[in-house]
Amino acid sequence: MKQVLTGNEAAAIAAKLARVKVISAYPITPQTAIVEKLAEFVANGELDAEFMKVESEHSAMSACIGAAAVGARAFTATSSQGLMLMSEMLYIAAGLRLPIVMANANRALSAPLNIWCDQQDSMAVRDSGWVQLYCEDNQEILDSILQAYRVAEELMLPVMVCFDGYILSHTAEPVDVPEQEEVDDFLPPYRPRHPLDPAMPVTMGPVGVPEYYQEIRYMLHEAVRAARDKIVEVDREYGKRFGRRYGLVECYRSDDAEIILLTLGSLSGTAKDLIDRSRKRGERVGLVRVRAYRPFPREVLVKALEHAKVVAVLEKDISLGWAGALFADVSCALANVEGAPLLMNFICGLGGRDVSPLQIREALRAAARAAEVGEVKRPVRWLGLREKLVGLGI
Amino acid sequence: MTAAPPGIPEEELLAPGHRACAGCGCVLAMRYLLKALGRNIVVSMATGCMEVVTTPYPETSWRVPWIHSAFENAAATAAGIAAGLKALGKKGVKSVAIAGDGGTADIGLQALSGAVERGDNVLFCCYDNEAYQNTGIQRSGATPFGAWTTTTPIGRVKRGEDRPKKDVPAIIAAHGAPYVATASVAYPLDFINKLRRAAAIEGPTYVHVHAPCVPGWRIETSKTIEVARLAVLTGAWVLYEIERGQLRVTFKPPKRRPVADYLKLQGRFRHLTEEEIAQIQRMVDEQCRRFGIE
Repeated sequence: MKQVLTGNEAAAIAAKLARVKVISAYPITPQTAIVEKLAEFVANGELDAEFMKVESEHSAMSACIGAAAVGARAFTATSSQGLMLMSEMLYIAAGLRLPIVMANANRALSAPLNIWCDQQDSMAVRDSGWVQLYCEDNQEILDSILQAYRVAEELMLPVMVCFDGYILSHTAEPVDVPEQEEVDDFLPPYRPRHPLDPAMPVTMGPVGVPEYYQEIRYMLHEAVRAARDKIVEVDREYGKRFGRRYGLVECYRSDDAEIILLTLGSLSGTAKDLIDRSRKRGERVGLVRVRAYRPFPREVLVKALEHAKVVAVLEKDISLGWAGALFADVSCALANVEGAPLLMNFICGLGGRDVSPLQIREALRAAARAAEVGEVKRPVRWLGLREKLVGLGI
Repeated sequence: MTAAPPGIPEEELLAPGHRACAGCGCVLAMRYLLKALGRNIVVSMATGCMEVVTTPYPETSWRVPWIHSAFENAAATAAGIAAGLKALGKKGVKSVAIAGDGGTADIGLQALSGAVERGDNVLFCCYDNEAYQNTGIQRSGATPFGAWTTTTPIGRVKRGEDRPKKDVPAIIAAHGAPYVATASVAYPLDFINKLRRAAAIEGPTYVHVHAPCVPGWRIETSKTIEVARLAVLTGAWVLYEIERGQLRVTFKPPKRRPVADYLKLQGRFRHLTEEEIAQIQRMVDEQCRRFGIE
């Protein structure tokens, strides 16, 4: 049934449809409405789950770890500083191979304090062993959370479903909400393989001595890599049942494109609009959106990008002193590819700064110039920077 | 071998072969805890001595389900375990959190406070060896006044720990926890009874057991129990329980011995002057007065 839902509502409804058993919640803007909605569901008896009102995000993730370890389907949601506070536990949740699913409403990191959107928060924990999916719209948020539990429970890995704060979290749009029975067929109850159970005691989280630690990390790495196929497999099945598929990356008018914009999240919507306008003028431009950021979809991405002359990576994060994270990763993915495209990085939209069509056009123009001359002089540029404020261009 | 007292199982749920130091007081506390609580528990353990010495992969001493996730979150993990067990309808399994004094009084206090305030069905046991012994004897909030540690060294201007021990049981009691108790490894039956009482209550309960550390307290390996007992006999450590707000001292030393008897067995107090010992005696006297111990 179609409903008009904010991204946060879509996330909460997805958790409910997934019949989560334990929710640990701590408020943080712009995620808060997710756990408020879930609290309502539990209070009204619409969702049979334990709703834990924990005292911090660190405890929120710790409680999810405890709940998942005894075999309960666990859910939490966070943003920004909350994600940073729980980052210690993110690595541990992955290391313990617990299939927790978390929604992250992307928000900038302090300082200065900023409650608005960018993707620095989830980028900062990209190495934690969590699968990371970035959504473009509210429908994708709902669908991705349902898919996430399948991926998580089949591979014993945690999954983070990321979506842009405010831009999606607080914006309402029509979302097709599947029926509970359909979801139940797609997502059966969680059957843990090695739960903490007095009937068969296990020790979880022992000291990983040097003789074993590296192998255990290797196996975790391989499990995250295996998520590439698993995401595709689950997505395919989801598509058959519900008529919507997303894949690891989305290619938009990019097959014959000379210039490709590479994006993550809601920015892609605006950028697609620009692509359409440029196409009307006969420009051979396209867009590729990375949905699964961890594991990094190297093969499909190389295939999608290799024929282009220039790939312009637009992203809302920065590895300070270097470049954007996606730019660094795509550079690495193309490292040994013969005739690989030129790469440019455009840092934009930090801390809720609007990424206007004008800025995206600026990126497209710069990419076109690079394609013309066949070289990139300044690979990392900032879009929409108020140059006078930072002492440039005076 | 001496038989276990009536009501105490012979069965050992803590397997031998762990790496605890000779004479370790804390590992005794673990052994007693498992005898008290039996198999139907899930243990969430904070980072610390007991975690490190009992689970060097691929070995484990735990014959009950056990998890370690981090240092500061034994209570939060245990709260999640309790919620998970409840959500799955698994009755009769108790969620037990175990942490050292650092994982309780310092870095773990927030998670513990949260779990107790929420009324989570968790039994939290703090094994208190009065410093960060696992990392090599650094002071914690539970280190007693005057004690030497590596971060409270004895120098020309500083004379060891300059603050009294943080009173965690009182903090937990102030939350309105239905059961709070102190215990000592020198009084195992008292400890076991308290654990069983705590486990039987639905809700957050807290047992704080005093357990000497041989290398940290600078004592002989054969003196663990003697030192622990002297802490109680001198009134430096008081055994009590607070059930539904009612305080009861569970063991009153017949004739309190001078605190010097307790201090002098321990190298960590070796530097103390007569004057400093007298100051500690006054602190102990004041504590005993509050508990009605003469």
